[in-house]
Amino acid sequence: MITTLLYSLTGLILFGMGLFTLIIHSHPLRKILAINVMASGVFLILIATAYTPLGQGEIDPVPHAMVLTGIVVSVSVTALALILACRVQETSNRTLRKKTKQPKNTKGPKS
Amino acid sequence: MIFLADSPSWMITPVILPLIAGLLCFLFSRRTFVIALITALINLFVACLLIYQLLVFGTIRYYIGGWRPPIGISLRTDGPALLMLLMTAVTGLAITLYARGYFSYRIADPVRGSRHQHQQRYFWPLWMLLLAGLNGLFLSGDIFNLYVTLELIGISAASLAALSGKPASQRASFRYLLISLLGSLTYLLGIVFFYRTCGVLDLGVLQNTAINEPGIRAALALLTVGLLLKTALVPLHFWLPPAHANALAPVSVILSALVVKGSFYLLFRFWFELFAPIVTTSALNFMGTLGAIAILWGGIQAIRQQRLKLMVAYSTVSQLGYLFIAFPLSRTLTGVPVWSAVIFIALTHACAKSAMFMAAGNVYLHLGHDRIRNLDGVRASLPITVFAYGIAGVSLMGLPPSGAFIAKWMLLTSSIDSSQWWWALVIMAGSLLAMVYVFRVMSHFFVIPKRESLKETTPLSPLLEWPALILALIALFLSLLAPWLLHILSQGSTGLAQLFPGGLP
Repeated sequence: MITTLLYSLTGLILFGMGLFTLIIHSHPLRKILAINVMASGVFLILIATAYTPLGQGEIDPVPHAMVLTGIVVSVSVTALALILACRVQETSNRTLRKKTKQPKNTKGPKS
Repeated sequence: MIFLADSPSWMITPVILPLIAGLLCFLFSRRTFVIALITALINLFVACLLIYQLLVFGTIRYYIGGWRPPIGISLRTDGPALLMLLMTAVTGLAITLYARGYFSYRIADPVRGSRHQHQQRYFWPLWMLLLAGLNGLFLSGDIFNLYVTLELIGISAASLAALSGKPASQRASFRYLLISLLGSLTYLLGIVFFYRTCGVLDLGVLQNTAINEPGIRAALALLTVGLLLKTALVPLHFWLPPAHANALAPVSVILSALVVKGSFYLLFRFWFELFAPIVTTSALNFMGTLGAIAILWGGIQAIRQQRLKLMVAYSTVSQLGYLFIAFPLSRTLTGVPVWSAVIFIALTHACAKSAMFMAAGNVYLHLGHDRIRNLDGVRASLPITVFAYGIAGVSLMGLPPSGAFIAKWMLLTSSIDSSQWWWALVIMAGSLLAMVYVFRVMSHFFVIPKRESLKETTPLSPLLEWPALILALIALFLSLLAPWLLHILSQGSTGLAQLFPGGLP
């Protein structure tokens, strides 16, 4: 019982830390990592739910299946989020560069 | 025989078919439209067939692979789920046709044609995946399975929103993705709490186990917050307008008409079926208050917008509020089940808002911008689009023949019957605000421009204009179908009838 409680509390703390970082920090990479930490917290609680001391009954397989599904979802979503973050970075850099270049072009002798 | 009309195995078709179609769209990038159109047609047919089955046999459950819960996954049909499914199928067919028209118009553009070709290639598979997720959400009978469908919807919706490639839309869709992830993680945590207390995940088994315990209350709070984030109720709506307004026109239609409805549908099911015994009046009033703020705030913001698509997006924020005002009134909606008002608002909003976003997209295609100040004279060049916009506007305001009128009438009478007149005031104020923002744009459409400066543009294809008009007409005449829809709703409305056999407390 105490083991389950300990792991569950750790999971909740992880969830809270992730949420805090997600709200406070503005860097996209930090936000993605925060989401991952939150997901790990939830998975930890789920695993703790399934815990049964050795030799005392069967282990409940349903939370394990849920965690596996959750991990798959979390990996693919992280990949998507990283790609999107890269795109945002690239496009904003490009527009920045255009903005800094434009005054030079208009001043040039071409026109 | 497996494929007879009374076989329950038809129920997996709406989930499996779009999934396969999405994969096929990746493989055969030239025939994408044909694949999508066939899928949308079959989807509509199966939705009608399932409604027929519901009317004949009542509520059906189907266990995938023959595995029964708690181990297996189950699908189930009932009135509300099937009406949402039908709504998705009808709107989905119209969106498929509209998207075809949109992309062929855009690809014909000599300068940017190749970019739009690229967008089209990714649009169709993602749209099919989204359709599979939505259908799964409506049919699924297992709260963990619902998490998976929510994630599927979130992923494909965020990718669709990023499709236009503009920096603004990419930023908006990144935020959208993060919000939807946060929402589904909160939802997952709620499931964990639930599972710890009850030990089952199947909705049918859970029906009678919701007891007043701290674990269940925490689960309800977490599930609600997670789903509210995805539904964009007012304090949590900040991500919606930029994401919806900056997307491509067909994508805005999908996001605004269908995606927000999915999470709302779940929320409503949880509050009024699963957790109905432990929901308190003050919690219902709290939700109603948020809805009232949403109606007023969304309406005022919609009036203040300078761009047509942003205005329509804020109008979505406002209309979502009506769905939540039904919460506190549910205790007094005697005679009619609580579902009917909400379903009517959802159906009308899905059709009318799709028509409105399609019309806004047409205006954008025609003029090359959507600044409300410079919309003069559109009526002369796009009569059908302007007609569709007007009719959709009538439905949003809730004038008589539209489906929203019936819903608002139910809400108004029940709020006055239960002497909660403040909700009635908000409902009427919301209609007035809707009138202001619809007519504000309408008046610009009818102004005759002073100079004959309208440049020659290629005429819009009928695929762009007619789906909008037909959807708007459906929204307008929905109330004529009311007896029929109510009959479907009353079939197997599982929760309330069982929980409160003698009417609501």
